[in-house]
Amino acid sequence: MALLDYFLRKKEKQVTTASKAKERLQIIVAHERNSRNKQPDYLPQLTEDILKVLRKYIKVSDESFSINLDKKDGDLNVLELNIELHDEQTAD
Amino acid sequence: MARIIVVTSGKGGVGKTTSSAAIGLGLALKGHKVVLIDFDIGLRNLDLIMGCERRVVYDFVNVINGEATLNQALIKDKRVSSLSILPASQTRDKDALNKENVGKVLEELGKSYDFIVCDSPAGIEAGAMMALYYADEAIVTTNPEVSSVRDSDRILGMLASRSRRAELGLDPIKEHLLLTRYSPKRVEEGEMLSVEDVEDILSIPLLGVIPESQAVLKASNAGEPVILDTESDAGKAYQDVIERLLGETVEFRFLVAEKKGIFSRMFGG
Repeated sequence: MALLDYFLRKKEKQVTTASKAKERLQIIVAHERNSRNKQPDYLPQLTEDILKVLRKYIKVSDESFSINLDKKDGDLNVLELNIELHDEQTAD
Repeated sequence: MARIIVVTSGKGGVGKTTSSAAIGLGLALKGHKVVLIDFDIGLRNLDLIMGCERRVVYDFVNVINGEATLNQALIKDKRVSSLSILPASQTRDKDALNKENVGKVLEELGKSYDFIVCDSPAGIEAGAMMALYYADEAIVTTNPEVSSVRDSDRILGMLASRSRRAELGLDPIKEHLLLTRYSPKRVEEGEMLSVEDVEDILSIPLLGVIPESQAVLKASNAGEPVILDTESDAGKAYQDVIERLLGETVEFRFLVAEKKGIFSRMFGG
């Protein structure tokens, strides 16, 4: 039986280390990528609202407007708005 | 235009400096003009691996501070004349480097070299960020081991968000996976992540697989980059890396364990 145990153990080991490592990595890496890229849920709505207010006063095309939430070092978050203004600034 | 290549990893001790030395020397042996820069301010070691530690007079920080010209600080390799080394400083403070002054040095070097190979310090601190900031390409050096793979993924995130190319919205940095200290035998025994496993997780193109090899320690003992040991598996694997960097398609070697004959299997050995 010792011989049988030997083979069984070897097979069992294959399932446990390298594939376990891969499985754990896939989970943690996916999780970390998510939190890295995640924009807050309110961002799309905020973008729309800001655009609505802006368009009350000036002409803003979708291309000349960008919004970005950046994580800087530490706890600092920066909300960055870029609006390109054209010569004709007042709305009709 | 010089190709700026950063050799990076996140985790320490995975083979960044060994790889930088081998790749820099390998490209120079192919006739290209190459400069190797040690970005590990305070802990220089590239000079030792290259075997030019006794010839360091001025360093990267001296150049940044205007205390020496680039030509004074660059050390010409004694084996290949088209290779130069810019050593890191040993004592100066880490904050000596910034985007502006590093950019100037790289621009100057770019006028006379084809390849600028930046050996990054470990970690994700300012030094590592400086090393990758101007890169066109990144060689992400990874061991088939959980903490190294995870750190490599962090570094991939940095390449995509903190580099000059990311900030200016240019084409992203071209990423290459370099798997080092690979042991096919342990992979076959299910004890080590395989090439495919690491590729699956990091999903970047594979540049090379360097097998675990005694030649690497011997090479650093002697200050002769391992690529010069043309008999060794590691040396050959680095030569393949050079071919691939230069656009050749080379089949991957050393991915399977050497098969033992029936006799050595039976009688051990």
